[in-house]
Amino acid sequence: MHAAPDPEVVELALPARPEVVSVARLVVGAIVASDPLFDDERGADLRLAVSEACTNAIQAQLAADERTAVPPVGLPILMRCTVGVGCIDVVVTDHAGGFDPSTLVPHPEVTDPARLEYEGGLGIPLLRMLTDHVEFRPTGDGTEVRMRFEPHGDPVRG
Amino acid sequence: MDLRLDVSQRGEWSIVEVGGEIDVATAPRLREQLIALVNEGHHRIVVSLEAVDFIDSTGLGVLISGLKRVRTHDGAFAVVCSEPRILKVFEITGLDTVFRVAPTLDAALASEG
Repeated sequence: MHAAPDPEVVELALPARPEVVSVARLVVGAIVASDPLFDDERGADLRLAVSEACTNAIQAQLAADERTAVPPVGLPILMRCTVGVGCIDVVVTDHAGGFDPSTLVPHPEVTDPARLEYEGGLGIPLLRMLTDHVEFRPTGDGTEVRMRFEPHGDPVRG
Repeated sequence: MDLRLDVSQRGEWSIVEVGGEIDVATAPRLREQLIALVNEGHHRIVVSLEAVDFIDSTGLGVLISGLKRVRTHDGAFAVVCSEPRILKVFEITGLDTVFRVAPTLDAALASEG
């Protein structure tokens, strides 16, 4: 019996600036592209979900920094990507004071004309749709978004 | 940051051809462009995403605001997109039922919207 190989872990500390979201996408894109179980479509799902999580974290961090008159401000966003057997786990952590998704007031359905009043509100639903599992955990001084991705479809046929 | 915007006019339609990635860093430029067009009296707008490699919820939000703005002027708003990865984002959010999404620019311009 062979022991499962140790998972590969990539960690990234990103300054809370909108420009770095593309860096997070680039890194997870390279990781998922090197995993033969994940096809291009699932790789695109992963890039989008991680982008949404990092965007939320950065916006929360920038808002928290604005509220905070005293240091520390400008704390980084952390992204930890673990390549396991048959899954990729990504955790995005901020230090923005915490966020409870259950307190979000749902926007009208997209088919409701009143939905046009809201530009935002699509990020969390996208996260839920693109991941196999997503969890929002308070960390004391911020939020941890834990996402799990599994291969979908038949990667052999692409 | 890689976002390209090319604006042209064909008949009564303003065409915004977008290239690159639309995310939290680049979406404000597209928003400003759409606001400028509407403020200049252009109320029939087609946004082509044919050269877009990536769009996230921020980009979708900018398109929603563009649609809202032209509707307040009884205008029309259409999106050109044939790339499956980009179309999927519209489909899973249900926005493919909100926007008129055409596979080609000619198809978008041919419809009344």
